[in-house]
Amino acid sequence: MPNIFHFSLLFLLSSALLCCSKNTPTNAERGIEEQILYVANADEPRELDPQLSTGTPEHQISSALFEGLLNRHPKTLAMTPGAAERWTLADDQLTYTFYLRKNGRWSNGDKINAHDFVYSWHRSLLVRLGSEWASMKYVIKNAEAFHRGDIDDFSQVGVKAVDDYTLSITLETPTHHFPQLLWHNSYFPVHQATIETFGAMDDRLSKWTLPGNLVGNGPFTLTRWELNKVLEVKRNTHYWDNNAVKLNGIVFYPIASQQSEVRAYRSGQIHLTYSPQMAIEKIADYQKNDPDSLRIHNGYSSYFYEFNTTIEPFTDARVRRALAYAIDRDKIVKLVTKAGEPPAYSVVAPDPNGYQAEALFGYDVAKAQQLLAEAGYPNGAGFPAAEILYNTHDNHRKVALAIQQMLRENLNIEVQLLNQEWKVYLNTKLNLQHSIARAGWRADFLDPINFFELLAPNSGNNNTGWKNQAYGEVLNAIRTAKTEQERQQLMAKANEILAEQMPVIPLYYMTDVNLVSPAVQGWYDNAMHFHPFNRVFLQDTASTTRQNNKQ
Amino acid sequence: MLSFILKRLLSSIPVIFMVVLITFILVRLAPGGPFSDERKVPPIVLENLNKRYHLDDPVYVQFFDYIGNVLQGDFGPSFKYANRSVSEIIYSGLPITVELGLYALLVAIVIGITSGVIAALRPNTWQDYVPMSFSMLGICLPSFVLGPLLILIFGIWVQWLPVSGWGDAPFDKVLPSFTLGAAYAAYMARLSRGGMLDVMSQDYIRTARAKGLPNWLVVVRHGLNSGLAPVVTFAGPAAAGLLSGSFVVESVFQIPGMGRFYLQAAFNRDYTMILGTTIVFSVLIVLFNLLADILMVWMNPRLRHARN
Repeated sequence: MPNIFHFSLLFLLSSALLCCSKNTPTNAERGIEEQILYVANADEPRELDPQLSTGTPEHQISSALFEGLLNRHPKTLAMTPGAAERWTLADDQLTYTFYLRKNGRWSNGDKINAHDFVYSWHRSLLVRLGSEWASMKYVIKNAEAFHRGDIDDFSQVGVKAVDDYTLSITLETPTHHFPQLLWHNSYFPVHQATIETFGAMDDRLSKWTLPGNLVGNGPFTLTRWELNKVLEVKRNTHYWDNNAVKLNGIVFYPIASQQSEVRAYRSGQIHLTYSPQMAIEKIADYQKNDPDSLRIHNGYSSYFYEFNTTIEPFTDARVRRALAYAIDRDKIVKLVTKAGEPPAYSVVAPDPNGYQAEALFGYDVAKAQQLLAEAGYPNGAGFPAAEILYNTHDNHRKVALAIQQMLRENLNIEVQLLNQEWKVYLNTKLNLQHSIARAGWRADFLDPINFFELLAPNSGNNNTGWKNQAYGEVLNAIRTAKTEQERQQLMAKANEILAEQMPVIPLYYMTDVNLVSPAVQGWYDNAMHFHPFNRVFLQDTASTTRQNNKQ
Repeated sequence: MLSFILKRLLSSIPVIFMVVLITFILVRLAPGGPFSDERKVPPIVLENLNKRYHLDDPVYVQFFDYIGNVLQGDFGPSFKYANRSVSEIIYSGLPITVELGLYALLVAIVIGITSGVIAALRPNTWQDYVPMSFSMLGICLPSFVLGPLLILIFGIWVQWLPVSGWGDAPFDKVLPSFTLGAAYAAYMARLSRGGMLDVMSQDYIRTARAKGLPNWLVVVRHGLNSGLAPVVTFAGPAAAGLLSGSFVVESVFQIPGMGRFYLQAAFNRDYTMILGTTIVFSVLIVLFNLLADILMVWMNPRLRHARN
């Protein structure tokens, strides 16, 4: 008797689930009708304060809630008007003048004016606030001195409100890429009255960014934020370009696991994945079965190995070059990473504006062996113990394994693999306790200088111990170059120094791999992984129907 | 009984203190800090952040300051989520973890006892072998395998149930509760089968049957009463285990419970969050173990007399 009861119960439960669940539309289906975009946003944002937020997940949300002086065109990445409707650069190449649009409004209806920008940038340079991006403003006259406390008077910093709608910015030196920086969230404005309602100007722990408190000037406004669960924004009706915004809202899910985001996509919980790299092992499956959903395009980012040039045998540039020559990058991208990555022969990624660093070396085993012999290790004899350090991630492990094998086969040297948890790995690199470590860099703005500066002698992100004065001087010259031609020549020179000295081994340029539902329109692949939500909309297409049927 | 409870409560205070002290030392010994990242924080900013969070004080001062604050109910601000306090995060995450634990316990009890009793009533038949094989599978399969497996079947292939979330979509609590409860259901099935097999061969059961009572009444009225005693003693530690063992399930199903915050805090070196969640989990485990002990003493007259 009990077993009949048991099976009947199971049958009833299964039937109930079947009936109820099959008829419930998924988020992806419902979203198309309601114009609500469902996004897997990689990680939980630690903060929405634009001057305090640091990572990509925060930036995606910040750019929905706030708007800087300038925007970017999602296809060409050219700078376009944002809170400012136009701007000029004086002949001295130092003074920018931004003319704010008069119909700009905060989400509470207040007008946006030039003083808001002065207040916000002043705030970000207050050292007690602890903005990790304050140094992004060091290009502005006296900004660094103010941040370091060398001067107390903010009026000496090169940011002035000429009148309510005119903002004047004076730079330290001509800075080719300055307009691009304005797109970064640390340059976004904040609403003074809101900041001061919830705390002091430099209060890092203020609650002004919680739902109900936050006032922004972007196309959307915050309605819900539950940690590790969901963050929701809805259309900001006060936004100056509200009529052109098509989405009624966006729902961000903090899904950190690459496997989980793919599952969420397959089950129709989200329209798109937003972490730059999806799980590698799923790529082939999507290429075969659902190519309409798979988006692969070149990012503005580089993957490389850093030497610790302060320890033997990597103090010798010949050893570093030998290792760089002995690695077959084509094999790595074709057989290991498999996401269409271009192999790299310079740490500087090719940029969509046309800069392409010349490849000054290549895969050449004979040359590698010769260099190693010249350095005193013929056929790898006597080569000291070395390790490849990487943080816990399957992709890093696979690349390290391939390189370990190539060095063994081509140079007869044995390197060990050392896997460390993320923070331990960072600490090991910071203290130069590694011999070779994997690294990656995603540029903050579209200019080669961003990559070149990584290896500057005074760069905080230079984990090689390589401090080359000649290279530092070339970098200074690039920053102050008067003409584009001169700049290009100097960058070629910097690239030569890097190829001769080889403080890092360039391996490949990373690609961004995402799942994007065919229903998502106005979403363009670009090198900066930049996707303004104010132009995105959802439309049921034939391929969406196909995708739904497949599910 | 009251003095027993008081004695146990008092003895848990040094236990929890030692847990906090050891955790405090361990997190400080772990390489890397809350503000280390791939893009290095400029030294001047780092210096100010350390000052803001009192990380520049001597470690013993930080410890005693922390203990002082905790005694006043303040777990401090989270290092990762600047605008939330640890207390706020625990307040939002704990009810979810408790709810998940309760559902999992319910799954464990209902499935475990039902299949255990069925197996015991038909020993060495397929009704015994099938649930017992499943229970062995449940014990062997870790939740990080079972969870994705269930998601694949019920979330993606047949699309009956949502693959993640908690309380946002209908039935989204089913898969995580089942995943978490499965291993405990398996244990309970084996325990209840063993207990029932013992009891059903007792003389008084034979007597009850001889008197002409229907089989189901014999099982329900006389069998379950004693046959499930081992399950009840297991339920206390199981409840504590379910509450504090949901890290993996919460991560697999994207549930915003305490377990997930705990894991993230460890990876982020969010010192205050690690300590806050450790304290709450320690208190929960101590309380549930105490509850289990009280239940055992209350149910077992021999233990009660021994104590008296």
